[in-house]
Amino acid sequence: MTMTFNSETFRGDYSYRNSPAAIRRFPFPFDRDSYMYSVNMEPHRGGPAGSVFERRFDVDEHYIAEMEDRAITLSRDPGRCQSLPHMTLAGWDLLELIMRSKAEDYPELFELHRDGDRWHWTNRPLGIEDSFTFLDDATLPCGPMEYITRQTQGDFALLDQRDGNLWMDAGMVTSQADWSLDFDIGMNFFEWHAPVPRAAEMGIFQRALKFLLNIGQDNPARRLNWTMTVNPRLDTSPETYPEWGPEKRMLTRGNVGERQFLRVELQSFWRLPRSNALAFPIRCYLCSLQDLATVPKWGRRLHRVIRDLPEDLAAYKGFAVNRRLIVDYLAGFDDGLPTSPGIFPD
Amino acid sequence: MTSLQLKLTRKDPLSPRITRFRFEHPRAAELPAFSGGAHVMVEMRDGERLHRNAYSLISDPSDRTGYEIAVQREDGGRGGSRFMHGQTRIGMVMNIGLPVNLFALDLTARKHLLIAGGVGVTPFLAQIPQLARLGAAYELHYAVRRREELAALPLLPAGAAVHVHVGAEGRRLDLAALLAAQPLGTHLYVCASERMIRAARETALAQGWPQEAVHSEQFLAPAPGEPFEVHCAASDRTLSVGAEQSLLEALEAAGIETPWLCRGGACGQCETAVLACDGSIEHRDHWLEPAERASRIMPCVSRFRGRLLTIDR
Amino acid sequence: MTTVPPSPAIASRPRHAPLVPRPCGAALMVADQAGAAALLTLAGAAPGIMSRTTVLLCAAGGMAGAIRAQNPARLVQIASTAELPAALDAALRDARMGLHMFLAGSEGLIGQARAIAMAAGLPAGAIQSEHRGTMARRMQCVHCKTIAEEVATDPYDCPGCGRALFVRDHFSRRIGAFQGVCVDAETPGERPRPVEIRA
Repeated sequence: MTMTFNSETFRGDYSYRNSPAAIRRFPFPFDRDSYMYSVNMEPHRGGPAGSVFERRFDVDEHYIAEMEDRAITLSRDPGRCQSLPHMTLAGWDLLELIMRSKAEDYPELFELHRDGDRWHWTNRPLGIEDSFTFLDDATLPCGPMEYITRQTQGDFALLDQRDGNLWMDAGMVTSQADWSLDFDIGMNFFEWHAPVPRAAEMGIFQRALKFLLNIGQDNPARRLNWTMTVNPRLDTSPETYPEWGPEKRMLTRGNVGERQFLRVELQSFWRLPRSNALAFPIRCYLCSLQDLATVPKWGRRLHRVIRDLPEDLAAYKGFAVNRRLIVDYLAGFDDGLPTSPGIFPD
Repeated sequence: MTSLQLKLTRKDPLSPRITRFRFEHPRAAELPAFSGGAHVMVEMRDGERLHRNAYSLISDPSDRTGYEIAVQREDGGRGGSRFMHGQTRIGMVMNIGLPVNLFALDLTARKHLLIAGGVGVTPFLAQIPQLARLGAAYELHYAVRRREELAALPLLPAGAAVHVHVGAEGRRLDLAALLAAQPLGTHLYVCASERMIRAARETALAQGWPQEAVHSEQFLAPAPGEPFEVHCAASDRTLSVGAEQSLLEALEAAGIETPWLCRGGACGQCETAVLACDGSIEHRDHWLEPAERASRIMPCVSRFRGRLLTIDR
Repeated sequence: MTTVPPSPAIASRPRHAPLVPRPCGAALMVADQAGAAALLTLAGAAPGIMSRTTVLLCAAGGMAGAIRAQNPARLVQIASTAELPAALDAALRDARMGLHMFLAGSEGLIGQARAIAMAAGLPAGAIQSEHRGTMARRMQCVHCKTIAEEVATDPYDCPGCGRALFVRDHFSRRIGAFQGVCVDAETPGERPRPVEIRA
C-alpha cells in the first residue's frame, strides 16, 4: 500500500484539496434524508476495505499537512494541549494504544520495537526515530499524550472515569468545532455538553454516559458527528474566532460550492488499561459542497437534510447565517429522486 | 465479551481458608494490562454446572506474565469457591475474562485510605504497587479476627504502609478516630463485609465526608433462593429458574442473549424490563434507582417470588 | 433574596440553593456583605456549628458585628476578593476531611472561593453556595484569558485585549468564571447595545 501525502495548507491560502479517492471515502454522516440526535454508537471493529472505518486510527493523504498545521496552532497557543497532573498514566496508555495500532495497521509507515520497557519508534512520513523507556516521563521530549498526538491525526480528549461520570482532564485539541479545551478542561460529561441545544431534554446524555462507562478493553465504539465550516480550516476554536469568524461572511452564490465545507467528526471511544480512563479521539474530515455533490446520492440527501434542519440546530452547528446560500446551491443537485439508505455512495 | 484461555500455573494456600492461584498464557504471551482494583470473571465447569465468579486481581499490574487471584473457600455458597479449592489442578486451562475495573482509585485524591476486612484486602494488593510507583500517599488498614487470617501480609511489597488490626488480640480498628485525622483530599476505600462497609460509610458521612470521597466494593455473589418461573416475552419462552441458579444463568442456559459485565449487581449491563409481575421481585442489586424497581430487574443477582414474572428478553 | 437561575439553566451553570446544615467535623464560611445574612440564617438553623467554624468575611462592612456576635471559632476579614487566595490557603492549610464549606454572596466570590478550595483538595460535595446580592459575573475572555470581576453588562469590554465580549452561561468550576467570546468577530464594529445582566 503506497500512500502519497499532500502538501497543502489549512489557513492563509487554503490550498487543501481532496483527491477523487479521498472524496469517495469521505465519511458522509447522513444515512437518511433527515437528521436528529441519537446515541448512534456502533462497535469500532473494522469496516469496508479502503473506508475511513477500516483501521483503528485512519491515516490519509492529509496526514503530514495536518500535523504541520497542528504544530503551528500549538506554537501560537500552547494551551491547546493540556493534561491535569493525574492524567499522565492515561497519556502513556494512549501512546501505547496508538503506537501498537499504527505499527500493526500501517507497517510500511510506522514501526515499533519493544524490549521490555525499552521502546524504539519509527515514524517514516514525519521522519521521526525515537528511543524511550515506557512509563518514564524523563525519556520523552514532552508528555506522552502530547508526544503521540503530535503524530496522530485528529483531536484527542482523555476522560478520567470517577464518581459515576467522565471528566475531560486532558486533551490535544487543535481542530475543534468551536469549543475551548482551556475552558472545558476539568468539566464532567454533562458540563462540557451544556451548550448543546435540545439534547439534554432528550435524555441522550444519560444514555450515552451509561454506555461509555461500561466500555471495556476489548470493545471500542465509534460514531459520527458533523458541523459546517467556511474554508478548509482546522483551527476553528473560540480563541481564534476573530480570525475565522469574518470568513463566514465571505460566501457568495459564486463561491459557496468551493468554500463551504461539510466537516465530519469520526469519534471513537477506547478503554485505557492502566489508568482505567477513556480515550476519545475526534478525527476531522473536510469536504467541500461541490466535491460532495460529485456523488449524486450525497448531493440529493445533503440538500434535504440542510433544508429541513431545525433553526436552533443550524445555529449550533455554525452555519445559520449562510443557510439560504447553502440550500439554494444544493437544490441544483436534488432532482427529487429517492435515495438509498445508509451513508455509502451507490 | 472476550475471554482468555489461561493455564493455572500455581496454587498455594495463604491461610486456612484462602488460596492463591496464578494464571499464565499457555504460549507465554503477554497478558493485557490492567488497573489496580480490576477483577476477572473465572469460568468453572463443574460437571453440568457452569459457575462464573468475579475475583479481584491481586498481582502487580506491571507483571504482564500472569494474573493472580486469591479465593476464600465459602462452605455455604453456591460452589464456585469450593470448585476452585477442590477441583482445580496445575496445568488446567480455564476461561478467564478480560480485566474490568469497578473499584478504581480516584487519581485526583491527595491520599488514599484503604480499609480491608479479611479477604477484602485483595483489590488493594494490586493497587498498592501502582500507588507506590505513582508516589501517591496511601495507608492500608488490614482488619481480621484472628492472626492466622492475615493471608495477604507476605504478598505486600517491602516498605508498604500497612497497619494490622487483629480483633482477637484486642487491637480493633478505631474507625472514627482514623477518619477524623485525615487531611483534605483523602479518599476512603473499603472492601469488607457488608456490615463493615456500612459502618465505615456511616461513620464517614456522619463526620462530613462527601459521598464522592467514599468508595466500597463488595461483590454480591448471587445468593441461592427459591425456584421460580419466568416468561421471556420477546423469545416467547417460559423458563424455570433453579434454586441454585440465577435468572441470568437460566437465560444463558436457554440460549437467550443477555448482555452482562460484572454479574454482581453493580454495573447495570444486564438491566431488563419487567413486563408483568404476578408476585414480588427480590431486588438484590446496587444499580437500580428506587423508582425503577417497579419496572426493572437485574437478572444477575435478583430473584422473584410468586406465580410468574414476565420480562422483556 | 436568593435568586433562582434562569430556566432552563445549562448544565455547566452552577446551581445555588439556600445553605442547609449538614454533619461536619468543622466548617469554613465565606461571605461578602450581601451574603453575611445567609450565614446568620445558617447559624440559627445549626446550633453549635459556630464553635467549630472559621468565618472569612470579604468587604462585609457593618455585617461583621452581627457575625462576631455569633462567636465563631475564628473570624477573618479581608478588604477584597484579591486577598481571597491567600486567606483561603491559610484557612485550609491544616484542614481535615469532614470540613464543610459554606459560601454566600456574589457569583464572583462564590466561583473564586470554590475554585481555590477544590484545588486544595476539598471535594465538590463538601461545598455549598447560596447566591445573594448582585447579578454581576466573574468572566474569562476566551481570547486573551484575562479574568474580569463584577461584570454587570452584556456585552462588556475585555480589560485585557479590549474586545467586546458577549456573556455566555457556560461556566468553568475550575476557573470559577463564565466565558466571554468576541461579539462582533463576524461583523467587526457592529455591537449590540450593552444590557444589564439580570439573571
